Formats: sequence, structure tokens, C-alpha cells
Amino acid sequence: MAARVLVGVKRVIDYAVKVRVKPDNTGVVTDGVKHSMNPFCEIAVEEAVKLKEKQLVKEVVAVSCGPQQVQETIRTALAMGADRGIHVEVSGKDYDALGPLQVSKIMAALAKKEEANLIILGKQAIDDDCNQTGQMTAALLDWPQGTFASEVVLEGDKLKVVREVDGGLETVKLDMPAVVTADLRLNTPRYATLPNIMKAKKKKISVVKPGDLGVDVASRLEVLRVEEPPQRKAGVKVETVEDLVSKLKEGGRI
Amino acid sequence: MVLAYLRRIGSLHTNPVYRFAHEYSVGRRNYSARGSTLEQAVAAFRSVVGEDGVSLGTAVRDQHGRDESMHRCCPPDVVVWPCSVEEVSALAKICYQHQLPIIPFGTGTGLEGGVGAVKGGVCFNLGKMDCILDLHQEDFDVTVEPGVTRKALNASLRDTGLWFPVDPGADASLCGMVATSASGTNAVRYGTMRENVLNLEVVLADGTVIHTAGRGRRPRKTSAGYNLTNLFVGSEGTLGLLTKATLRLSGIPEAVVSAVCSFPSVQAAVDSTVQLLQAGVPIARIEFLDDVMMDACRCYSSLPYVVAPTLFLEFHGSKSSLEEQVTVAEDITRGNAGSDFSWARDAETRERLWKARHDAWYAALALRPGCKAYSTDVCVPISNLPQVVVETKRDLMQNHLTGPIAGHVGDGNFHCLMVLDPNDADEVQRVHQFTERLARRALALDGTCTGEHGIGLGKKALLCEEVGPQTIKVMHSLKAAMDPANLMNPGKVL
Repeated sequence: MAARVLVGVKRVIDYAVKVRVKPDNTGVVTDGVKHSMNPFCEIAVEEAVKLKEKQLVKEVVAVSCGPQQVQETIRTALAMGADRGIHVEVSGKDYDALGPLQVSKIMAALAKKEEANLIILGKQAIDDDCNQTGQMTAALLDWPQGTFASEVVLEGDKLKVVREVDGGLETVKLDMPAVVTADLRLNTPRYATLPNIMKAKKKKISVVKPGDLGVDVASRLEVLRVEEPPQRKAGVKVETVEDLVSKLKEGGRI
Repeated sequence: MVLAYLRRIGSLHTNPVYRFAHEYSVGRRNYSARGSTLEQAVAAFRSVVGEDGVSLGTAVRDQHGRDESMHRCCPPDVVVWPCSVEEVSALAKICYQHQLPIIPFGTGTGLEGGVGAVKGGVCFNLGKMDCILDLHQEDFDVTVEPGVTRKALNASLRDTGLWFPVDPGADASLCGMVATSASGTNAVRYGTMRENVLNLEVVLADGTVIHTAGRGRRPRKTSAGYNLTNLFVGSEGTLGLLTKATLRLSGIPEAVVSAVCSFPSVQAAVDSTVQLLQAGVPIARIEFLDDVMMDACRCYSSLPYVVAPTLFLEFHGSKSSLEEQVTVAEDITRGNAGSDFSWARDAETRERLWKARHDAWYAALALRPGCKAYSTDVCVPISNLPQVVVETKRDLMQNHLTGPIAGHVGDGNFHCLMVLDPNDADEVQRVHQFTERLARRALALDGTCTGEHGIGLGKKALLCEEVGPQTIKVMHSLKAAMDPANLMNPGKVL
């Protein structure tokens, strides 16, 4: 029986915001922009809380890596039903360069430290669309992984995961401990209600540094340039079908 | 198509040829009739909002001349997209100078033809002003611009534990909802727009900008001066353009329970509703579907529904209070010969229980594929609801009309989803006459000809019958005081 679930939650620019590139092309504008929990992380938290409500797990721990503001994201997870939070403090240039490799090392270290039996993550973050952290975490821990989960069933000490794959649905059975990444149709996350937000203020968030976990967050990637996608060019109207065919031939399309 | 509604705009024959001729000259309002005035105005518009902020394109104008009602398209002469209240004011001043009608446009999801430019003019598409400003969580209030829809607001509020509960069918602009005094399925507990607007920023026909409760003010209650805020709620764009609304928010319910129950008669269902309200159960939603609608839902979704008048109930509260509410509700429904009372707590089962109610519109349309649907909208005191529903059902049968009924029975408000063939002139005529009889039936029973959709183009005569000549005179005086040149959305409400 799984006792403890670790859920990773990432603070990202809210999905409804129109993202703008900084004038110096080094990144996107984040100052003063609305941030919220990554939607796939919300689904991951919901799944963990559901497991706790079914009394299949004892404790849900929400984890986030970043500066002070990520504590808001952890509080949202607590308001949804997580029991306590862990804030891994990463700020400044380290935070700008933080990517799946470093986060997966942190998650692996925490999983060992907290003696977790299950890690649930969102399948990807909506800002970088990497879709790597879950897989890397499983590899570092040498745990089995059930990614793109649309259904998770805990059966004793085994985990049945239905995965959404290109060809349809694939069902796998994993030995615990394991890593699961949540896909869109896994569940519908609950809203944080005011009474639960109040209760969440009293739940504990402990703060650690990557160094305390023996993790080096130096990045091996350097972002050279960030640009907006090219502006959509106006279409060209043609008079006849023959014109259309010749234009398509010119453009090498046919 | 909707020749029946043309009669409201001017007394016209139902002769199709006449109708076409009229439509051609009125629908394609002569640009050249005031050609040079319009040209000057358009040039002035461009200097305020730039080239991209103005359009004379036919397709764009057509799009802005229709909403989701069955009224035919009345395109404006030009469409403008202001990005700030200063631009709205500047554009309005230009319209005022040139005496051009002003038609505010939110999401175009109205149901009474409110955006039709019956005298041509300038359509102000306020959709680019889409910021959510000034959220005050502890005070439960937020200010929004006209481009913000109710679903967008609630999505943005999801982490705060707050929501804006008024939920008409469409994902409408909140300022548009203010303009039509919209309501939704949970008005019985949370109220309609009338109870949930604290302050409005309004641009009048001459460009003056006012704040109905004072700039930035948002006390929960006030006794200060005339209630201008509620004057504009339901004014349907005829008194001014709404450029900001300060709204009252509610806490997201801690837990939700849904229930369904069938009854042997409409009377039994309504009696249960009255008793539930009298018992002090703070019920959040009570929806009524008649037997015709339940049959349509049974066919549409192939679920084994009982074909009888049915109540769909939803309770909001803390987990412990919900137990109590459901017990009381079950007792009451049983006492009124209710059967098959089923309830659910988790989201998936609740969805299944309420599926019929959510599918009602589509189930009604599926009764006669290829047809269009039109929703009537009357509201009466709850005690008169059984009588008006029974008489309406008899009317439908006698006139061979398809009109399954769905209603917010907790408010005494119900809709007949009229399914009709828009190309069958006779049927259109019969539906039109039916809706007039229905409205008059509601008026005769101390009710109103429109519970939530507004007066718009089609119910002006009914409004006069409803409020009486003296009150209508007062309404006209107010309109004349605020908009003497009748530039604000002419042809609507009065």
C-alpha cells in the first residue's frame, strides 16, 4: 500500500495570458504577468488527492522549485487537498536556467529523502512543453513509469495505468514505487474553495536548497535567442484554376 | 424567414414579396443616403482608433447585425473597435456630432435582436477592452471591461475560491449581461444581474463618462442618491455604453450535491418547489423539464428517463449541511408523490444525473432535424406557474406546435423551446402568435413578458402592456433626458 505521494507543481504564466517576447529577445515578459499552476500539474494534484480520499495513500506532498512566489502555487495545491509542501529554493539566473534535468534530479533526491512510493507529475509544462521531467525522474530512480495517464488504478502494490498513445490507449501494469505523468483526460481538477484556502494557510511548507539535496542546478543549456513566430503573411487571390495550379507548381507544392 | 418579427419593426404585410423588398431596402441601409456624413465620421473614427479599428466590410457588418435570436440581420453602416474608455468617449462624441446611431456590441449572443442596427449607424464592438481589473478578494468584488466573458472571469478567479455565479446559457460578455439584466440557473440562490452589480462606468450618447456609484467606489450597500447603477442594468444599450462593471462575487461552494425527481403532474413539481423554499432550504438550482422534454431527452441520449414532469435540484454548502438539505428535500418530494429521487455527490455521477437538463436544447432540436429552435421567456409568481404551464401545454397541443418546456422553476421562469421550420411561413406565423398569447397569459397572471432575455426588438408592445401607459411615459422621459437625439441603440425596448 502506497504511503506517500510526491506531486510536482510548476508555476507558469497563466494559460489565458497573451505571452510577449522581451525587447532584448532573451526570453518572455514575466514581470507583472498573471501566473498560476500548470494545468497538467493541477490534474496531477487532483489525482493524488483522489487517491488520499479513497484512503489508498496516507500523505500527499506538493513540491515546487523556484523563487519565493512558487509558495503561492504550493498553497493552491494545499487548498486542493495536499497535506504539506516542500519549496526547493532556486532563484535568479539559476531559476531562469532551470530545466527538466535539474528538476528530475531534485525530485529523485526528494523521493528518496521523503520515502515516497509514488510520484505524480503533469505530463508537460505549458511554458516549455518539454515533456521530460517525469521520464527523467523515473530513469534516475530506476523506477517504472506510466506517462500520459488517462486512468490510474492502484491494485495492492501494483499500479494499472491506461496511457494515451498515438494509436489509441495502452494499459500497463507497474510495480511500485513508480512515476506517473498526468494527461488531460485523467480527471477534472477541483476548484479551491474559500474554506479550504483558509485551512491551507495553516499547512506546513518546508524550504530546502538544491545543495541540501546534493543536486547541482547548473545548466548545460544556453538560450541564445527567443523570437515571436513569424507574422502570418497575407494570402494571394488568383483568378482561375489554372493560375492556382501554376502557383502551386511554382511553390513546389505539387 | 422571420417575417413575423418584421411586423414589430413596422406594420408590414406577411406577403413574402413585400417582405423581400422591404428587407432589401432596410437591411441594406442606404449608405449613400447620408453618404458624406458617414465618410466624414469614418475619417474621424480612423484618427481615433487607427485603420485597424474601423471596418466597412460587408461581411463584418453582417456579422455585427445579428445575434442568436431569430430576428433577421440588420447590419450597421460601420463597425469600430475602441480599446479604452477614452476612445469610446471620443468615438461617441463623433457620432453625436454627426447624429449617427450607436449600437454597443459585446459577444453577439443576445436572444432578442438587441444588436440589430434598425436605423443603421455605428456598431461599437467593445471586445478589445478585455481586462479584468481590481480584484478585491476580501471584499468579494471585481471590476471587468466589456470584453471579459463570464467563463473567462471564472477561469481567472479559479485559484481565489471566488466565482461569479450568474450563468446564462451563452458565454456572454459580462457587461452585455448587465445590459440585458441576465439571469441563470442559480438565480434562486445567487440572484440575477440586478442584485450583483455594484458600480458601472458608462459613456453616454454625447461622450460624457460617468460612474453610476462614483469612480472606484464599491461598498456592499449604499443609500447615496438615485440608484443609477440599476437604471442601466437591463437598459439594453439604449441609455449608454457600459465600459466597466464592478461585480459582486460569491464563494465557490465547498461541496455540491445534485438530485433528480419525477412527479405525476406539473402541480406536484411546483408544490415541491414552493415547499422547499418555504422550508428555508438554500437550494442553488431548481430546474423543471416537462414530460415532452423528458421524452425528447430519452430519445436523444437513449437513457431510460421516466417520461414525466421532472425536477433537477442542486444543493451547495458544507458537507454536513448538504446531508440535511438533501434529507429535507427528499421528504418534501415524497410528500408530493415524487418518485425515483436519486442524488449524487461526485462530479461524474452528478453530470450523469443532470445530463438531460444539459442536453435539453439539443434534444429539443433533435425532435425535428433541420429545424431551428427559438426560446420563449416568461416569468410569473411561482404560485401561478402550474396554471400558466398547463394552459401553455394545451395551447401547444391545440396548435400542433413543438415546444418542450424547460424552466427555472425556483423563480417562476420557464422557456418553451419552440422547434420550427423557418421556411414554413405558416408555422412561423403560428409560433409568433403563440408567443404573444404566452406573454399575455403571463401578464394576466401578475408576471412579466421576459424573465431574462430582455425586450429587444420584439417585445416593445408587450412592455407597454406590462407596465402600463403612465409608467411607459416615465421610461420615455428618462430616455429623452439621457439621450434626446435617440442615438443609443434606437428601436429597442421603447
